[in-house]
Amino acid sequence: MIDLVIPAFVSCVIAFFVVFVTTPPLIKFLKKRNMAVKDMNKKEDIMVVRPGGPSIILGIIVSEIVLYAFLQLNEIIALIITTSAAFAIGYVDDRKVMGGWFKPVTLAIAAIPIIAFGAYDTDLAFPLFGDVQIPLLYIGLVLLMIPITGNTINSIDVLNGVASGFMVIASFSLSICLFIVQNYEIAIVSLPLGFVSLAFYKYHKIPSRIFPGDSGALTLGAMYGTIAIIGGVEIIAAVALLPAVINSFLFLSSVKKIVEHRQIKGKPVEHTEDFKLKATDDKTAPVTLVRLLLAGGPLSEKQIGFAIFKLGIFSGILAVITAFMMGVSL
Amino acid sequence: MRTGIYGFLFAMWILILIGGGIVVTILGPIEVTGYGDANWFIASVIKAIIAIILVVIWILILSKMKNWIFKKEIRT
Repeated sequence: MIDLVIPAFVSCVIAFFVVFVTTPPLIKFLKKRNMAVKDMNKKEDIMVVRPGGPSIILGIIVSEIVLYAFLQLNEIIALIITTSAAFAIGYVDDRKVMGGWFKPVTLAIAAIPIIAFGAYDTDLAFPLFGDVQIPLLYIGLVLLMIPITGNTINSIDVLNGVASGFMVIASFSLSICLFIVQNYEIAIVSLPLGFVSLAFYKYHKIPSRIFPGDSGALTLGAMYGTIAIIGGVEIIAAVALLPAVINSFLFLSSVKKIVEHRQIKGKPVEHTEDFKLKATDDKTAPVTLVRLLLAGGPLSEKQIGFAIFKLGIFSGILAVITAFMMGVSL
Repeated sequence: MRTGIYGFLFAMWILILIGGGIVVTILGPIEVTGYGDANWFIASVIKAIIAIILVVIWILILSKMKNWIFKKEIRT
């Protein structure tokens, strides 16, 4: 455990500062190329550059390569390849409008390195009841997990700072859980995700200077899913991600099919005169987490963001309780 | 409305715990014999079918719960 302190410290510092230092030049570069979109939740015509994925993936790759130099785990190689593939998929979607099938299918393919490197355990661990061995089913779970976590994080990237801020809470919760279940090496491998998200949040928080885009959101989500698999904490990871899962669940259960957000005609939220957000009565619009939060009355973008962060902290606490319950057998 | 979301989140967590118990006690012990090398494969297919059924039931319960919690909140 003690010998892991230095790799953990070095990789966390590198993860944070690579993103912290490379994001401002990336913002300048994207501004020069006019790669900006209108921030729909601002009264004025404010343009925000995107995607921030390149600085996020750079922070992840550099910090994980440093960790590989110390730990030499196959799991790290699988993590780097899968996360990089998710970035590439997101980047293609950032540059070109792709169909609704594109991300789920290609993200499932991006999960193949996890299987190829044998960076998983076929035992699925449940709190209180123990493990269940599902060799064939688990392969399917690996192929499903990356598209689910990737798209889940992408789906909450709707307001300034929410995706990166939520990821800070969820990923640090997951790291704490990995320490609780005494999977120290993977806990350290997971730490850069939290620090990369934290550094990016500095520029993504309200008022955003950059949006992560699909490349950033899919990178964060895919890395989170990969850590869940290689750390054998799939159930705990799902619990920590529950607010985002609820968002996807509400969306899918109201739309009843897999579609891109841009294909939805109905508007779930609209603006008041003072540009607060409020839920619409539009029956054709999907039900989302933000729409439900607004059902109690209009809120500012910042207030909704903090409401989602509070939900993230609540589910993070449930994840920690779940991790403690892993050691208890009925 | 916001307390309803916390309640929904907590209900999801409880359902995950209960689902875990069902998976370990029902899915885990399933074994198939008499098919030689295909035993593990057939057992896996049976486990996969049961798991899919459980997921569908889980989603149906969540949908009912969502309607119940949020409609009650809107009424109040």
